[in-house]
Amino acid sequence: MSECLLEASDLTMRFGGLLAVDQMSLKIMPGEIVSMIGPNGAGKTTVFNCLTGFYKATSGNIRFKGQSIEGLPGFKIARLGVIRTFQNVRLFKGMTALENLLVAQHRKLNTGLLAGLFKTPDFRKSEAEAIAKAEFWLEKVGLTEFANREAGNLAYGQQRRLEIARCMVTNPELLMLDEPAAGLNPNETAELDELISDLRRDHGVTVLLIEHDMKLVMDISDRIYVINQGRPLTSGTPDEVRNHPEVIKAYLGES
Amino acid sequence: MPESVYYFIQQLLNGLTVGSTYALIAIGYTMVYGIIGMINFAHGEVYMIGSYIAFAVLAALAMMGIDSVSLMLVSAFVISVIITSTYGFAIERVAYRPLRNSNRLIALISAIGMSIFLQNYVRLAQGSRDIAMPSLITGGWAFGPEDGFQATVSYMQLIIFVVTFVSMSALTLFISKSKMGKACRACAEDLGMTNLLGIDTNKVISLTFVIGAALAAVAGVLLGIYYGVINPYIGFMAGLKAFTAAVLGGIGSIPGAVLGGLILGVTEAFTAGYFSSEYKDVVAFSLLILILLFKPTGILGKPEVEKV
Repeated sequence: MSECLLEASDLTMRFGGLLAVDQMSLKIMPGEIVSMIGPNGAGKTTVFNCLTGFYKATSGNIRFKGQSIEGLPGFKIARLGVIRTFQNVRLFKGMTALENLLVAQHRKLNTGLLAGLFKTPDFRKSEAEAIAKAEFWLEKVGLTEFANREAGNLAYGQQRRLEIARCMVTNPELLMLDEPAAGLNPNETAELDELISDLRRDHGVTVLLIEHDMKLVMDISDRIYVINQGRPLTSGTPDEVRNHPEVIKAYLGES
Repeated sequence: MPESVYYFIQQLLNGLTVGSTYALIAIGYTMVYGIIGMINFAHGEVYMIGSYIAFAVLAALAMMGIDSVSLMLVSAFVISVIITSTYGFAIERVAYRPLRNSNRLIALISAIGMSIFLQNYVRLAQGSRDIAMPSLITGGWAFGPEDGFQATVSYMQLIIFVVTFVSMSALTLFISKSKMGKACRACAEDLGMTNLLGIDTNKVISLTFVIGAALAAVAGVLLGIYYGVINPYIGFMAGLKAFTAAVLGGIGSIPGAVLGGLILGVTEAFTAGYFSSEYKDVVAFSLLILILLFKPTGILGKPEVEKV
């Protein structure tokens, strides 16, 4: 069995008296699409926040490719290849779609102030590469014609797609999407389904997602974690989860 | 043309001169607010330190027997900008960064403490007396009737316009075109998200303080020479005025800071010219109160949307 891409063990997050995540363990293999489902307030987003360094977990271990990452600041975790989105759209709304994708490549435009000032050949080359990459992803998510439109003026579904493109220009290994289908119509959700499968197939990215749209989750996931009250209720393939008595109980109540 | 026209032009010129330096200082307030949402109340002191360093440089050069005006001016600018930027950087590291995640009020109190500290530090080191800055640049152009009121543009005023214009153009280019400038804009929109995209936001915040301090230093050199007198307390009033300018234009907006600075400068000059110079501060701060009452977001500011 190959090594885990991301492994969290005994992850606990406490806010004062509230135990938001309680000894949660989680394993993600390279190339998998894994979903986390569970009722509102189950602690799914808190897990995301701990994994990406947005919150500092109260206790527990998080390893990414064997390297311990708990306690690292968010930008360092991002540089290792873990990129996320939030439930609400968090684009830079005053910047154009293209600029959003360029900012995300900030690190790779590895040129000093002087190089930028004098536009050295190296600088021009890396700038051209960044723009080419941004254009590639704009096309991939169908936003080429909106490259120079301010992100805040795009339609909601387009903003969602632009966010995924912004993640992808950073060459992530693990893409974490927090409710990517929220607010999308069935057509857009189907497109999203296709896009995510495509990201894994063509770009080798591993995906962890939180989602309430069961059709999308069951369709796309290799494995599903069901979380309830900060604890994993069960995990398994979509079929296993669908037929699990505890899940039916948590979701539908006792019959 | 009647004399009153020349009088009007003179007031306008004086107002734009002072206003453009307010704008330089106001940019420091507005950029820091735009990114970390705090008012850096020590920023006026940074301007004062810029003036003192310029004085030290000019005095040192005079002692070495150098009397080339252009050399003196350039070295005053360069050295003052470099040292003052270091102060800006250090202030953020020492007084604000450790408090970044605490209540905003705590950072504000730390800023006021920093301001008092810097004022007294300069007072202890340099004394509280007024220090006369050498008048490097004298003369100017006068135009108007031979025997009546003549409007004058002094060479120093011209230098203030040119230096301010160049600094602001450089800043605008930097913010809109450069990679770090884009990162600054991204941070201003969403600091947390920028961090999670792999950008070291602490570096960007430091840079903001450095840029703000550099522009305040430029203003410090210019106004120090223009007024000819400095003391450890000039930062307080200049800081309040620049803060007013930033709020007037819409705090968080760089073009707003420039516009606010110019409007404030011109308003003051007209109050002094047509009414009484005693009342210019009253009018300036009344303007602040009016803006806060009727348009709290300022002229170019966007309404604050509470971040989730």
